[in-house]
Amino acid sequence: MTQRIAVVEKILGANERLAEENRRRLDRAGVFGLNLMASPGAGKTSLIERTLAALVPEMRVGVIDGDIATSIDADRAAAAGATAVQINTGGECHLDATMLQGGLDSLDLEALDLLLVENVGNLICPAAFALGTHQSALIASIPEGDDKPYKYPTMYRGVNALVINKIDLLPYVPFDLAYFRRGVELLNPGLLTFEVSCRTVEGLEAWVDWLRRQVGSVEKPG
Amino acid sequence: MLGLEKGKRVHELSITQNLLELALQHAEGAGARRVTDLNLVIGDLSSLLDECVQFYWDMLSEGTIAAGSRLHFRRVPVQMHCQDCGADCDLAGTCPRCGGARLQVTAGDEFYLDSIDIEQEPVTASGALA
Repeated sequence: MTQRIAVVEKILGANERLAEENRRRLDRAGVFGLNLMASPGAGKTSLIERTLAALVPEMRVGVIDGDIATSIDADRAAAAGATAVQINTGGECHLDATMLQGGLDSLDLEALDLLLVENVGNLICPAAFALGTHQSALIASIPEGDDKPYKYPTMYRGVNALVINKIDLLPYVPFDLAYFRRGVELLNPGLLTFEVSCRTVEGLEAWVDWLRRQVGSVEKPG
Repeated sequence: MLGLEKGKRVHELSITQNLLELALQHAEGAGARRVTDLNLVIGDLSSLLDECVQFYWDMLSEGTIAAGSRLHFRRVPVQMHCQDCGADCDLAGTCPRCGGARLQVTAGDEFYLDSIDIEQEPVTASGALA
């Protein structure tokens, strides 16, 4: 004799509740948190380096780096002037709220204004796991191809900002920017988009300005 | 974790672990002796492979009251709504009726456990467990 029990609960609800806790911790410390996601090689670490070069002179920045192994990325962030923490996920293809909690534990949040979280390079899994950052940004890059929004809709649906990196390669790579942007518009209408090149620094000012405004909008405790 | 090498874990595996915890919590709350079926609702915009989840499910649920249970996936197709003319359509770049570009996704994002089917502890006439 079986009986049906209604559940109607999100499968990742436990992660989402923990993400909300992480968010409250950031709020209490007055830190703006940004989750940066991208496929491997899109330029997450390069964008972080450029961002640090612009913002470290005026604010205190922390970087939490998620990677399957190695601390190469955290080392680069530390060299660029951030307080950096490496989380090796041990094979896991994404960060989740529990891992971010561990990262937050090893930082003095009161001593930060901005926290950049570099997720594991992957366009599928990170999209499903909320971390508790205030916003999330996706870095796409020209060599990846213009069909990515159509192939990875969940990722494109869930972000608050999009950085299109390596636009200096547009003359050399078959990439239909209009087709790409139509796909983005379809999934995430009006998505805030920055076209940049981390190599030539073109377009980075607008990105840095946006981040500066986000940090400025956070209330500091006490 | 559950005797698995961490390096072998992938997307569907972490999701399946979350699913197992959620299902067991509800099953135990209802005094279940056994979970026989799980009914999931997954939108087509979610990146999830049914076969992959079923595979991990069989592995992870072993030794729990959900061992041997079946997963049923109700996939929800993507539906878009035109904010200009009000038409509903599939995933499209422009509205097939008016050609407008202001389309909004109204279905296809679902990702939840709708219900579970359980067998409860049999209760004897005196109210004690058999």
